Amino acid sequence: MIDFEMPEVIAKQQYLLKTVADNMMRPVSRYYDEHEHEIPWDYIEFMHTAMKASGAGSLAPSEGGEKKEKKDRPRIGYQMLAFMIEMLSWGDAGMYLVTPGGGLGAAAVEATGTPEQKRRFLERFKKEKPAFAAMAMTEPCCGSDTAAIRTTAVLDKETNEWVLNGEKIFVTAGDKSLTPYEQLEPGFVVVWATIDPKAGRAGIRPFVVEAGTPGVKVTKLEHKMGIRVSDTAAIVLQNARIPFDNILGSPEVITDKKTSKGFKGAMSTFNATRPLVSASAMGVARATLELLKEMLKQEGVEIRYGLPRAKMTNIEREVIDMETMLREAWLLVLKAVWLADQRQPNALTASMSKVKAGEVVTKITQKAVELMGPLGYSRDFLLEKWFRDAKINDIFEGTGQINRLIVARQILGFHGAQLR
Amino acid sequence: MYSFEPSEEQRMLVDAVKRYAANDLRPAMRDADEEAQLNMDLVEKGWELGILQASVPEEYGGFGERSAVTSVLAAEEMAWGDLAASLAVMTPGLYVLPLLLAGTEEQKQELIPPVIEAEWKPYTAALLEWKFDFDANDLQTTAQEDGDAYVINGEKVYVPFADGYEGMIVYAKVDGKTQGFVVPKAAAGVTVGERHKLLGVHALPLYRVKFEGVRVPKENRLGGAAGHDFAPILASMWVANAALAVGMSRAALEYAIDYAKEREAFGVKIGQKQAIAFMLAEMATEVEGVRLLTWEAAWKLDKGKDDFYKHAYLAHNGAVDMAMMVTDRAVQVLGGHGYIREHPVELWMRNGRGFATFAGLAMV
Ligand SMILES: Cc1cc2nc3c(=O)[nH]c(=O)nc-3n(C[C@H](O)[C@H](O)[C@H](O)COP(=O)(O)OP(=O)(O)OC[C@H]3O[C@@H](n4cnc5c(N)ncnc54)[C@H](O)[C@@H]3O)c2cc1C
Repeated sequence: MIDFEMPEVIAKQQYLLKTVADNMMRPVSRYYDEHEHEIPWDYIEFMHTAMKASGAGSLAPSEGGEKKEKKDRPRIGYQMLAFMIEMLSWGDAGMYLVTPGGGLGAAAVEATGTPEQKRRFLERFKKEKPAFAAMAMTEPCCGSDTAAIRTTAVLDKETNEWVLNGEKIFVTAGDKSLTPYEQLEPGFVVVWATIDPKAGRAGIRPFVVEAGTPGVKVTKLEHKMGIRVSDTAAIVLQNARIPFDNILGSPEVITDKKTSKGFKGAMSTFNATRPLVSASAMGVARATLELLKEMLKQEGVEIRYGLPRAKMTNIEREVIDMETMLREAWLLVLKAVWLADQRQPNALTASMSKVKAGEVVTKITQKAVELMGPLGYSRDFLLEKWFRDAKINDIFEGTGQINRLIVARQILGFHGAQLR
Repeated sequence: MYSFEPSEEQRMLVDAVKRYAANDLRPAMRDADEEAQLNMDLVEKGWELGILQASVPEEYGGFGERSAVTSVLAAEEMAWGDLAASLAVMTPGLYVLPLLLAGTEEQKQELIPPVIEAEWKPYTAALLEWKFDFDANDLQTTAQEDGDAYVINGEKVYVPFADGYEGMIVYAKVDGKTQGFVVPKAAAGVTVGERHKLLGVHALPLYRVKFEGVRVPKENRLGGAAGHDFAPILASMWVANAALAVGMSRAALEYAIDYAKEREAFGVKIGQKQAIAFMLAEMATEVEGVRLLTWEAAWKLDKGKDDFYKHAYLAHNGAVDMAMMVTDRAVQVLGGHGYIREHPVELWMRNGRGFATFAGLAMV
């Protein structure tokens, strides 16, 4: 039965997180924007304590959502996550990325690890101190073209270790995952590397690289347009040795160079995480629209709904179009996570949600700055910050173009070689 | 609890409508448009699917209860087949649904069963007026109290099947608000004018209608002496318009996808070119997004949620632009062939612009 009623547990969680956003995020949003690379320890520790108390431990899209869900109840794990991420990003999209609990790294382990690996790598998120994990796919040579990455993993048969060499860039939370801060448990980075450079995508596999591994170094923290509180790290791997069973997935399949199962693992990670990135974009867009309407109201402008377009003011038309596209995008996100909860294929909807969310959040934030004129452009308000924060959503987790490709391939029935 | 899954019953209805749309409406679409003439046997066949009948409770001659969600699903499928015919099939709903939503008990008992229990007949409604900035909440047509009657004056346009109408709901301004009045067959002072010649929906007979001192008894005011709230009626029109736009746009999208997989240029299928593939990806995303907007708005109507009006409006707003964008691009994907009337895409594009104006021609 088609239903749009929000489950009560989600409503409760949303209410709680609204408090977090109002009290822990918004008041320091501007500060951390202006003090790039300072770490918001208060927020990190608060979120860790709060998540531990609620038994969640992680904001990663865990199968673990199910642990607490009784068998006979419908699964809503991904839906819950989408709402939580939307609300935290409504607070501050950069700080949301500094929420401890494993992020994309834990998501990759969840999506591709064996039960033993999940236990081994994910239990750190329930410890006394907060912990981070990251995911490193992108390299200087290649971002969208993931099949072309050059980092290599060679098995040293004598020690039964993988030896990794290469450079990863733009790793979200790479610093907090690898650098030994005393406030944190050691984290890890899921590094994608090739076991056979000639095999293209079939050779690519995910490896867990623990903090403290010799030969692994954070070499740079980027200075960015927005989401500045979130660290974006470059990582160099120089003869970094990791245990054999740190390759994610079952070793037989995963070391068979002829199948591309390992690579498909990466893709399934993205099906799970794409709608969640979209959800984050939705939070920024909603925050912007709400502030815009509030500021307009203070100027005596109320939006009237139901007029013919020929009778609307320009501002009404713009705001109503923004509301329309925001709702549309949000419902695509909701459908994508609902499909994930139903264990139904969601690659198409996930990419649709990303296409739409990336476009909507950039449009809304850009329009808001435009419409508010000198106020919008000023750093007196957060509109200009959200304008900067928004843009990343059309870039990471597959650019707008890459997600259009995925949608197009699906609807046309073309494979990658036919439409590249 | 969120769900995007239609019920078993809804699925069965949708399947039936789908077959009707594909086997009956689509093959007849082009000729109907060229000849400006609907095959009324097909309209009757659509009527017999019982979409409206299933929205009406037994006590008024139907066999179900109103569900905007169900009607939206059906309207989508039907419009996939042909928009003009879908609007014709849905025309009696313009008479029955306002009665159901806003009528007094007597009005419902007296006026609904004769429509619902019979074959398709031209029961209709008159809302639109000849103004570029037509506003359903600010009508030019007036209804004035005069003793035991209301006197209606004004001119309406785009009235479906006005010629030979059996019964009509006419919307007029009373105390600044839009109110509906039941105008019976062949009422004195009603003059059906010329049939519109439009950019699209050629097959659908739409008329100008003049109301000159048309006297109707006070009991004919929708909702009786107290009148009624127009918002749920208008919201239902918006949602219906959006649902039809989604269905028809999906038809255009699918046609363009099929074409892009077949047609070759520069040694590859045109769909292998990103310029085409990206257009299609965006079209598909918009169709799906506005579809969900429409479903949610319909659901809010059914539940009587506080914000149903706003959401219905947003769905309509999104649908107007989506339909134009998708149908325009469908022509673009076919290139010069899209411009030729042998393919349906130019027809869909002409119809597509219509959703900016059509709110008021259907309800769910
Ligand atoms: C703040 C930030 C955080 C990030 N976090 C992470 C992270 O945690 N982990 C990680 O692995 N990566 C991360 N990334 C990297 C991000 O995913 C990549 O930047 C992104 O995938 C694009 O790759 P690129 O920058 O190499 O651009 P390129 O791939 O060089 O693309 C350049 C342009 O070409 C377009 N393009 C590329 N290929 C095609 C094609 N086939 N068809 C049409 N157009 C195409 C792109 O859309 C883009 O517009 C992050 C990036 C940033 C900026």
